Order: sequence, then C-alpha cells, then structure tokens
Amino acid sequence: MAKRESPPRGSALKDPDNLELARNEAPPELLRELVAHLRQNRTHLREEWLRRISETRLLTAMTKEEIFAEATSVYDSYVEALETGTFEALQAYARNLSERIIPRGVETHEVIGIVLLLRDVLARSLFAKHQADFEKLNRILDAYEPAANRIANTVAVGFVQERERVIRQQQEAIRELSTPVLQVRERLLILPIIGVIDPQRARQLTEQLLRGIRTNRAKVVVIDITGVAAMDVTVANHLVQTVEASRLLGATVIVTGLSPEIAQTLVTIGVDLGKMNTVGDLQGGIEQAERLLGYKVVPSTEPR
Amino acid sequence: MEVPILKQGEFLIATIQAALSDADLEQLRLALVQRVVRFRSRAVIVDVTAMDVMDSFASRTLREIALMIRLRGAETVIVGIQPEVAFAMVQLGLTLEGVATALDLEEGLDYLNQKFKTIN
Repeated sequence: MAKRESPPRGSALKDPDNLELARNEAPPELLRELVAHLRQNRTHLREEWLRRISETRLLTAMTKEEIFAEATSVYDSYVEALETGTFEALQAYARNLSERIIPRGVETHEVIGIVLLLRDVLARSLFAKHQADFEKLNRILDAYEPAANRIANTVAVGFVQERERVIRQQQEAIRELSTPVLQVRERLLILPIIGVIDPQRARQLTEQLLRGIRTNRAKVVVIDITGVAAMDVTVANHLVQTVEASRLLGATVIVTGLSPEIAQTLVTIGVDLGKMNTVGDLQGGIEQAERLLGYKVVPSTEPR
Repeated sequence: MEVPILKQGEFLIATIQAALSDADLEQLRLALVQRVVRFRSRAVIVDVTAMDVMDSFASRTLREIALMIRLRGAETVIVGIQPEVAFAMVQLGLTLEGVATALDLEEGLDYLNQKFKTIN
C-alpha cells in the first residue's frame, strides 16, 4: 500500500485543542527518537505484532497474506500519525480499512484488539530499549502513551462510524424496497409483502396502502403475503385493522397466500372472517378482484 | 353549525364542512331521518371529507344515522374518510360495521346508481 502524504498541519482538524495538548506533552526530540526507533525496527516489531494477532485469534475472517498487507499499512500509518501528530490520514485510512473489512465480517472487538496489541508491542519494545535508563523511559512513555491512546480511539471510532453508516444505508434500502403498491388494472392494486413484518414496517405498509388507495382511486386491493412465513399477534391485528381501514375508504381487500402458521395466528386472535376476504393464492385473488370489478377474461378467438 | 342537506334527484347529500359539536351531529341525525321520508329519497350520502378527526361519538352517530335510515326504507353511504382518519378509527375500534363506505362523493353516487340499477 502506498504511503499517504501527511496533510498540511492545522487543516480542518477535528479537534485541534486535544491535538495541541498531545503535542505539547511530547517534546519533539523525544518523539523523533521514538519514531526513528519504530522505523528502524519495523520488520521485527511488525512480525512480533502479527504473531500476537494470530496468537489471540483475531481477524480469523482474513487470510494470512491479507493480514500481513493490512498490518504493514496500519503500522506505517501508525508511525506516521505519531510523527506528524495529525490524525487525518489515519482517520481516512481507518475509514477506508473499515469499508473493506466490514463486508468480510470483521468485528469491532477485533479491530480494537489489533490496535491495542500494536500499542502494547511497541510499548514493550520501548521498555526493552530503555530499561537501563528509567528516567528516560518515563519521559518517552509520557510522549508515547497519549498519542497511542488517541490513535486507538481514532481507529475504533472510525470503524464504528463506518459500520453505523453501512447499517443506516441498508435500513434505508430495505425501507424503500419493502413496500411497493402496484396497480395491475384500473382500480385494482396489489401489495406483495415479502419477508419479516415488524410493527414499524406494518405501520408503513398501511400508510402506503391507504395513500395508494386514494391516489389510484382503487376499489379492490389484493394483499399477497405468500412471502411472509409467520407474523406475531400484534402484526396480525394490524393486518386486520388495515383491512378495516381500507373498507372505510371504500375499497375491498382480498388477502392471499396465508401460510398455515398465519392462519393459526388469525384464528387465535379471533378474527371476524366476515370482514376479511381471503383466497388461497395470488392468481385466485386477482381473479376474484376482477370479478368484483366486473371484468371477464375471455380467451382470444384464435389460439396460437 | 348546521350541515347543509341537498336534494339531488332521488338522493340526499349532506356535506360536513367543519368539525361538528355533539349537538350539531344530533341535529344532523334528526334532519336526515325526517327528510329522507319527506322527500321520498332512496338513499343518503354523508360526505365527511372535511373532517380530520373522527371521535367515538361522531363515529357512533354516523352508524346510527345509517341504521335509522335503513329502518326508514333507504340506503346510506359514508364518503370521503381520509386515510389517516380511517386508520385512527380502526385503532379505536370504530369500524362503522354494516355501513357502506366510498372513496368520495363521485364513488358514492356511482355505488348507489349501480345498486339501484340492478334492483330495477
């Protein structure tokens, strides 16, 4: 992975106060020394880090080569963030990394785990190097720890934010996909429902359907629930209410494709079958709707 | 506020134009039940398009109007219930059972014309 150029200092930083603090605590010559040490021992420290990662069984979803490649660039970004004191490049990298590994099923604890491991590996190497001079070790750790913690924070927050963004996006997509109200003939709507219905989705379905009835001036609506395996009592009650509300708008509802489980639920809640029109499958439902609307399907005179 | 009742051929049309008090509703009930026989009407249409709230008293009164008018020998159609109002009503258990409903005035007239055509 290409090494990123550090952005100009002070440009659009998230929280310059905090950053300023971190830099004030760290005398530049100490940080320089620290970075030089990390650069010098790059290969060795990276190996040690990788060993610890596989020892603790993190990132099991990724292959060894992938982990190696990612570890290398994380290490470089880490050292760079220590050196420049700017976290922008690291933030961007964390986002980018998250984008790639979230679909692979990498969990939050793994990402935080590897960053903390790297922090510990580097701290151990500092101990080893400066164990003779306790005074100096103390000052080096004073410089190292705040920056290292902030890096861990940045990566973790970046990962979680990216995950939340993905979840939000998916929820949005599901919401949009989940409620098509389709007109198949003049004054005939169908509402195919597929998947799990929770109370929120049920409310949305009802809203869309009632609005659809008014805008399309529908007289008959076929609600097809072949794709719904089961529904709880709340949602079943909601379905019955939807049927009644549609009737108040002057539309007849035909429910098709009830699974045995849903039939059981409806019987358990004691649905009034006089109010609810049900037909076995979607085809039968549409045929009945056509009869209600006065259509008659006749084969054309010349069969091909 | 009094609800205007228009005679349109064989039908009576009552258009509710604003929120009604309980007294107004009772007055509407009385007026419709009296006039349906006086004008020898075959059906009554109550247009509730302008009502954005329908409480239990209003809903019960509408149902009573429909049943009383049937006893007086005519039909009733309630038209123009708004989608939000409809859902709020069923959540309160106010489903206007046994009362004909239609999307709007035009649909209501259509429904009645169809119905009387098949009878004649």
